[in-house]
Amino acid sequence: MNGGADLGGMHGFGPVIEEENEPHFHSDWESRAMGVVIALGACGQWNIDQSRYSRESLPPADYMRFPYYKIWTLAVSKLLLSRGMVSEEELQSGKMTSPAITVKGRLGAAQVWDGIHSLSGRADREVTSQPAFAVGDAIRTVNKHPTGHTRLPGYARAKDGIITKVLGFHVYPDSSGNDLGDDPQWLYQVRFSARELWGEDKNPHDSVTLDLWEPHFA
Amino acid sequence: MSEHHNDTHGHAHGHSHDHGDNSHLDEMDARVRALESLLVEKGYVESAAIDEIIQTYETKIGPRNGAHVVAKAWTEPEFAQRLKDDATAAIHSLGYTSRQGEHMEAVFNSDDTHHLVVCTLCSCYPWSVLGLPPTWYKSPPFRSKAVIDPRGVLADFGIKLPDNVAVEVHDSTAETRYLVIPQRPAGTGGLNADQLADLVNRNSMIGTAFADNPA
Repeated sequence: MNGGADLGGMHGFGPVIEEENEPHFHSDWESRAMGVVIALGACGQWNIDQSRYSRESLPPADYMRFPYYKIWTLAVSKLLLSRGMVSEEELQSGKMTSPAITVKGRLGAAQVWDGIHSLSGRADREVTSQPAFAVGDAIRTVNKHPTGHTRLPGYARAKDGIITKVLGFHVYPDSSGNDLGDDPQWLYQVRFSARELWGEDKNPHDSVTLDLWEPHFA
Repeated sequence: MSEHHNDTHGHAHGHSHDHGDNSHLDEMDARVRALESLLVEKGYVESAAIDEIIQTYETKIGPRNGAHVVAKAWTEPEFAQRLKDDATAAIHSLGYTSRQGEHMEAVFNSDDTHHLVVCTLCSCYPWSVLGLPPTWYKSPPFRSKAVIDPRGVLADFGIKLPDNVAVEVHDSTAETRYLVIPQRPAGTGGLNADQLADLVNRNSMIGTAFADNPA
């Protein structure tokens, strides 16, 4: 979607400013929000692509100005509501007034290290087709503006690039994030020259690579 | 964005906008407390597990992991070659198998090419080797600018590269996570891998800094 998260190429946000000796978290609610979101993953009620879509479909002006863990909190609240895990009234009050639904799992404290190291987030799937492209091939990306989840950013649509690596056969987020299943596809690293993306006044040596799936190619 | 966070601690810093707005921080404190309490009551999460997750990322998984990878690549040509051929296997072989490091690519800075990693669409970052991303990495200024004006981003970090050094930006649009292998600083021939790892700062593995020079 052309939402607030698709930031590549925008102007006006000012310089990148690094906070010196930045702590991991700036307040307790940030660390609790991070922990809640990771722990909820173990319930198995959504995948990472659905989680990203829940964040990027926040109102653009909110997405661009809210602290990052506020975005996480609002997005996970939407997911909890949509899965029937909580009600709006419960979110407001913090008190349980409806029964819990059955979830696929629950992360206990003793399982955290193993859970984080389980590699269960692997996105590659058993290969069922051959890649249609090879390193060195020229491709052009599609000019499509889906309203759902896509990992093809706006700035890289209808652009010419060169395949620089075949990365594997991976879950296709443009399907998975839209509740349509894994639909695995061949994934490639694609290089675009800075001039192709941004115009002739850019440094001729500079480039941007994106990792794109076969359906992103025209 | 960081300016909101900083307000809760009263830090002085260089931002010029949005100061003095604590309202949504108090709101978030209450909201997240209510959320966690509700989720615990409903049996979906355990507070002790959340404590453990936070502690893991505050104390156990961070840029020391990545620095180990880089120093090993600097000192062991065979390992450097494995990183180039199959970074996932090479990094996993060191035990760095945690989430957001399932699929890895290592990109090597050279005299000809400087690599810079970003995620314009969200905040994809190699947690397994760098830990949690800094706020600037997740914020609109970096995510918007890195792809259209990478040399401007480098200037924000005090780096100026000659025009004939190519800047290659990697926008992390899939589950592949990119680790920059910075160039080994000059004058480090006598250092061992542990000493070298101390020179590998976090930003050098994102591409917004060089490795430190030896003291």
